This record gives sequence, structure tokens and C-alpha cells, in this order.
Amino acid sequence: MDSLRFLFQHDDIRQLRAGDELIFSGPVYTARDQAHKRFVELLAKKKKLPLDLTGQAIYYCGPTATRPGKVIGSCGPTTSSRMDEFVEPLLAAGLSVMIGKGRRSKAVRAAIKKYKAVYLLAPAGCGAFIAQKVSGCQPVCFEDLGPEAVCRLRVKDLPLVVGIDSRGKSIYPDL
Amino acid sequence: MNTSKVRAAAEKLVYQANFALSKDVLSLLHKAMASETNPMAKKALAWIVENAAVASMEKTAICQDTGLPVIFIKAGGTAKISREFIEAVEDGVAAGYEKNYLRPSIVDPLERGKSFYKGASVHVEFCSGLQGVRIFLMPKGFGSENKSKLKMFYPTASFEDIEKFIVDSVAQAGPESCPPFVIGVGIGSTADGALVLAKEALFEDLSKTNPNRLLAEMEARLLGKINALGIGPMGYGGKTTALAVKILKSPTHIAGLPVGVNISCHALRKASVDFV
Repeated sequence: MDSLRFLFQHDDIRQLRAGDELIFSGPVYTARDQAHKRFVELLAKKKKLPLDLTGQAIYYCGPTATRPGKVIGSCGPTTSSRMDEFVEPLLAAGLSVMIGKGRRSKAVRAAIKKYKAVYLLAPAGCGAFIAQKVSGCQPVCFEDLGPEAVCRLRVKDLPLVVGIDSRGKSIYPDL
Repeated sequence: MNTSKVRAAAEKLVYQANFALSKDVLSLLHKAMASETNPMAKKALAWIVENAAVASMEKTAICQDTGLPVIFIKAGGTAKISREFIEAVEDGVAAGYEKNYLRPSIVDPLERGKSFYKGASVHVEFCSGLQGVRIFLMPKGFGSENKSKLKMFYPTASFEDIEKFIVDSVAQAGPESCPPFVIGVGIGSTADGALVLAKEALFEDLSKTNPNRLLAEMEARLLGKINALGIGPMGYGGKTTALAVKILKSPTHIAGLPVGVNISCHALRKASVDFV
């Protein structure tokens, strides 16, 4: 089975446990501070998001520019906690997976449990290493945000660690 | 001084700092990898070391957060520097970022909006013991910069008080600031001065012991206490929460004792060039 489908079905997400290591392949959407702010503003106005987040993964990442001939630039995770205040509405909109680095708030941990989502940790500060695991990158929306634009990445064999599982268990203390 | 030469040298610094991890940092990472027994900590360090190799081989930046460029221009001897010289350095750094496809991570602090390349933090100092002009560059990522701390101690504070503040600052930085860290500490001067010293300390050669015995002892004690926190590489636990602690001090006022803490992630990127 395509490993991306494997991961994105809620039943399978529920099998993951905090501290588990996994090798992830599949699509992820990059989004960080400004894109989150816009998503949540749209949701607050009961407007449609420019992409369907149902069952999808958001990767907290703003890559460097892409050198000619390359798929993507350096693309490691950014600090997840800056997105904490935007998590609940996105989970309510169907988001299943968040990928980033570092601790989350207690509220995020509770929301992850409520929506049976999962928070995964990517190798922090390893943007060149992660770039090797990206086989495709297409802009999706908010291109005016430059490096903060939302892009769809196709990821292959990226090592990840489960930070917070769908039962709300975390490998870190709450922030 | 030939400004086009200065500009070209500054461009080169950008490449050096962002694509080649310096030897002192790399050697401490290897040392940590050898001493870690926690399998996740070992794995995290192996990723970090592999990342550095991939960065220089593939010309992909060590980290996507190519930071706010921090520049120190130090002039010694009879060196003359002008506004033109400083502008050439600023222009060269911005051009180096653009040419190397680095991330424009600089924005207006309030309006935010589209990010750009110009707007480095520049410090100019005159100092003895240096011939000519030395330019230092550090692309400072904000995952760690956001955890900077300043405390204005009373002058009667003990070493223990100061060390506790520094260790607590590192504990608060936590796993999201990309440990293992290098900790820069500035003691003395003024509030702003202590923080500049803390930043400057991060440029120190990590393979060398502090020539000031008191500071060398404090650094060693702090490294022990910080590594006892058990945060470990990427926060996965283990012995290596910091690779090094570097302290600089400067005279201060009789009524005060400012202590600044500036943390660098494991991707401590730095480069320097001399103009004689």
C-alpha cells in the first residue's frame, strides 16, 4: 500500500505512539506563521480554504529559494509552537497531521487528542538532509508570501518521530 | 580601500557560513556522537553530521533559516574604515544571500509583508591586537535567537545565581531551538552591551579554552550543568544539550551586573575574513 495512504487514514494514525520512529513518504503542505493566520481568518469568516485539508499533513516549513536544477532548497522544520494558537480550527477543518519541531502547548495536545490527529517531529536543523528526501514541490496558494507560500511537497523516506500521538501523549513536557 | 573587493569578500563569507559548517563545531558534533549512548541522541547527531556533508556537497544551505545576518566589523592597528566600507559589506552580504538562493527572511517588524535580503545587524568596533580589519558573519536563525535572555542582577549576586539564570535560560529554550546548542554569555557592560557580548562570544573558537581562568572555570561548570538537563540532541535526551559555553566580560557599573544569554542552535554558522 502507498505509505502516504497508510499514514493518512485515521485508524492508522491512531496506531502511532509518542516516541515511535517512522519513515514517512507522501504529500505534505508547507505552511508557517502567515499562512496559518490567513487560513484561520478565512475559517473565521466561514470562507472556503484554498486547499482541502481533510486528512492532510501540514509541514511547518519555509524553504530557501530553489537552485536551478534542484527540486527544492534547504527545507527543515520551523518551531511549531508559533503555530499553536491556530491549530484547533485547522484540526476542526479536517487536518490530520502536523510536522515540525519542538514542544506544543497543553491546548494543542488536548486538541490533537480530541480530533485524533498526530504531531510528528522532523530532523531539526537538517534542511539540506531533508531536501534530499523531497521529490516534488508545487506552489498551492499565498505565493505573495514568498518563502512562506503554501507548497505541496512530495516526500520520500523522511525519518520522523511521533511527538504527540492521537491519545494526547507527548514525548516532551507541555510548553 | 577597494570597495568592490570588500563586497566580493562579503559575498564569499555568505557562502562559507551557510554551506560549510566550521571545523570547531563539526569536531564537537563528532565528539558528542562518539560519547552518546542514547540511541535517539546518537541518531539525531548522525543526521546533523550528514546534513553538514550534504549541505556542502549539494550546495543546499545547512539550514533553511539562513537567519538575520549578524556582522561584526573589527578594526585594529591603523586601519581606516569608512561608511563606504560598511555599505560594501552590507551590499556584499545581501548579494551573497540572493546569489546563493538563500531565504529572504527579513521583514519590517510591524508591517511584515514580503521578505527581503537587506537589513543585517551590523556592529563596528575598534580593538587592539588586530592588524587591519576583520569582518565576521553569522547567519543567526531565530529558532534560537527567540530564546535570548537578559537579566540585570544586583552587584551582590553570587556566581551560583548567575549560573542558575544561564542554565534556566537554556532549559527554557528547550528542544525547539535545535540543541545541541552553543551558549554565548555576556557579563557586565550595560543591558545592550551584555547582549552584544553574548552574541560576540558565539564567534569564539570552540576548540580553544578561555584565556581568562575564572571564565574558563565558569564555562566548564556551566557546560556540566547544562548537559545534566538531559534535553539532548533535538530534544531526544542524552548527554549533549550543549556543545560549548563561551563567556565574554566587560567592566560594568558599581550598582549593576548585567548578564546576557544568546543561544545558537547546533548549526552555528560563522565565517570571517581579514583585510590588511
